[in-house]
Amino acid sequence: MQFGFLLEQVVNGLVLGGYYLLIALGLSLIFSVGGIVNLAHGAFYALGAYASVEITKYLGFGPAVVLSPVAVALLGILFERFILRRFYNADPILSLLVTFGIAMVTEQAIRIVWGPSPLSASIPPAFRGSVFLGDFLFSRYRLVILLVVAAVLLAVWLLLHKTSFGRVVRAGIQRPDMVAALGIRLQPYMTAIVMLGVGMAALGGAFFAPITIVHPAMGAEIITVAFVVVVIGGLGSFWGVVIAALLVGVVRGVTIHFVPAAGEASIYILMFLVLLVRPRGLLGERIEKFE
Amino acid sequence: MIRTSRRTLLKAGAAFAGASTIGFPAIVYGQSDTIKIGHLTPLTGFLGALGAYAQLGIRMAEAEINAAGGVMGRKLAVTSEDSVNPATAATKAQRMLDQDGVAFLMGEINSASALTIMQVAERNKRLFLQIGARSDALRGKNCNRFTFHVDIPSTVMVNAVGKALVRENMMKDKKFYTLTADYIFGHDLARAAKSFFDANGGKLIGDELVATDVTDFSPYLLKVRQAKPDVVCSNLAGNQVTTLVKQYAEFGLPYPIVGFNLNTADAWAAGDGNLSGTWPTVWYHTSDLPASKTFVANFIRKNGKPPENHAWIEYVSLKIMAHAINETKSTDTENLIAYLEKEPEFDILKGRKGYFRYWDHQLMQEAYPFTVKSKGKARDQWDLLELGAAIPGPNESLESIELTKVQNPCAL
Repeated sequence: MQFGFLLEQVVNGLVLGGYYLLIALGLSLIFSVGGIVNLAHGAFYALGAYASVEITKYLGFGPAVVLSPVAVALLGILFERFILRRFYNADPILSLLVTFGIAMVTEQAIRIVWGPSPLSASIPPAFRGSVFLGDFLFSRYRLVILLVVAAVLLAVWLLLHKTSFGRVVRAGIQRPDMVAALGIRLQPYMTAIVMLGVGMAALGGAFFAPITIVHPAMGAEIITVAFVVVVIGGLGSFWGVVIAALLVGVVRGVTIHFVPAAGEASIYILMFLVLLVRPRGLLGERIEKFE
Repeated sequence: MIRTSRRTLLKAGAAFAGASTIGFPAIVYGQSDTIKIGHLTPLTGFLGALGAYAQLGIRMAEAEINAAGGVMGRKLAVTSEDSVNPATAATKAQRMLDQDGVAFLMGEINSASALTIMQVAERNKRLFLQIGARSDALRGKNCNRFTFHVDIPSTVMVNAVGKALVRENMMKDKKFYTLTADYIFGHDLARAAKSFFDANGGKLIGDELVATDVTDFSPYLLKVRQAKPDVVCSNLAGNQVTTLVKQYAEFGLPYPIVGFNLNTADAWAAGDGNLSGTWPTVWYHTSDLPASKTFVANFIRKNGKPPENHAWIEYVSLKIMAHAINETKSTDTENLIAYLEKEPEFDILKGRKGYFRYWDHQLMQEAYPFTVKSKGKARDQWDLLELGAAIPGPNESLESIELTKVQNPCAL
């Protein structure tokens, strides 16, 4: 029976990992293509959640989860055009500082507009309840989230590997100078990638709003885990982020099964161990000075 | 040697003078004819939403008292700040006593921060009215004579819900599974819960310690299901209760869920249809006592939303202190302590008046169990809860639900 319980935690961890993936993938893309450490990523997650709760009041849940990522993605264009663009060729520490500032300003702005009390959001009635697959308990809503994440993952993979847009982006990740030498301006691609990245974060926020608390500091909570996932997976690698996200979810679930008090610490210990053994992350690009 | 031009020096000097005038109002307000009070409350973190209400409550009381002429003819000036975490709370408390010249300290909701402020109060021999932190240990083994406690302690909350559960036949021989917040308050609540279970025939089959920054409870809920209890019980605090309740509803586990701690802001945030079961509260805005209704109406007029229990308790606390200062005609610490220890009664907008018990400095007051209105019955987004009858009953002493001398090792 013990093994069955453990397996259930593993499967639940995979579901949760899929959710972390949504946030971490955008973060990884923005860093890989633009060299920007986007500490404001959590702010877009929070904005996506708040926008979704507001839109749900008028149009219902379905339109809300479609419109809120779109709205935040449009905000992302402004963010890229007026703020990030100045920092592509600058010291990474500067992008860290400015995005950290944006994150704090956004959190306080949310607090001013919506107040410090959490907003209430509920799962739409159609997705409530649990399903049993064999002896495994799943929340129906999380399975929906998992399906959405899988669909988004597939779409992003197709975008990156099967379109000419994707080809330029991947070239830009590996050899940005060569791409410029070939006469291709990377600027519009960068804007599109930022849009995609923050849109995915907002989608995560919109879907997670009914099952977590929607409060101004929610962005700060998610950014730490997203960074851990990106660091473990390695920069510049699509599959690295996927594997890392699933791994983080599973490790957390399994640790809580055996040693609940260490649950939150386990993902940091995992990161520590991975970096000790392989500084580039699991599937990341080789970083010359560390290896 | 840095070569600055005269022009740069003049510009810098003007800018410096300009910037310092921004600070002037604070210096101007520091006049000696106001009574300065230092107030600390968590505005960030998992208790942040409660701290925001606490500030609204104390500000309303301050405005009312000052509009009525102040205390002893002097206005009150409450300096309210974010206590952030236990270490910062202690630093700010010390600064308020040393540099801001406050007469005494008030506030706090986080039991860990309250403990550090209590230590500052004791070291400096100044009064601290500890308003919202509920851990038993604060009025128990960590008690000191410079601190008075207003909110109900963990044991009272356990008693309020426990007695209701006994009445509904959900205690004897039932298997309980608890989720406990992993800090001093959670541990205290779990300990009080365990003694209640032991004394009343309930069986504790599992307890999970949950860190205060956990936002996803799915692994814990899976463990709950694996253990198959009769009742699931929450010993969590702040917005973690909301998250647990929402995710509990999401997974649709078939066991009833109860909790030994809840604040009404956390209940409202859970949303319609998510919260269920029996929970304790120290006060709720739908109470139909006239004094309470007046307070609620004024608060809604001022702030556009109903008061949460932390707004209520901060409001009555400042009123209590104003009354105490008026009665003792001083803000001196020893005079105030001696007055409060005489157990004078205060109107706390409830059916019965409250008083501070002399041997542990805990305010004696009624508490209420509540259940959740069925979906659709709520009149608005704040009318989710059905207040039960006050405990203790009208013919029982207020001390019957509190820690006894046997349970409470406090020796002042």
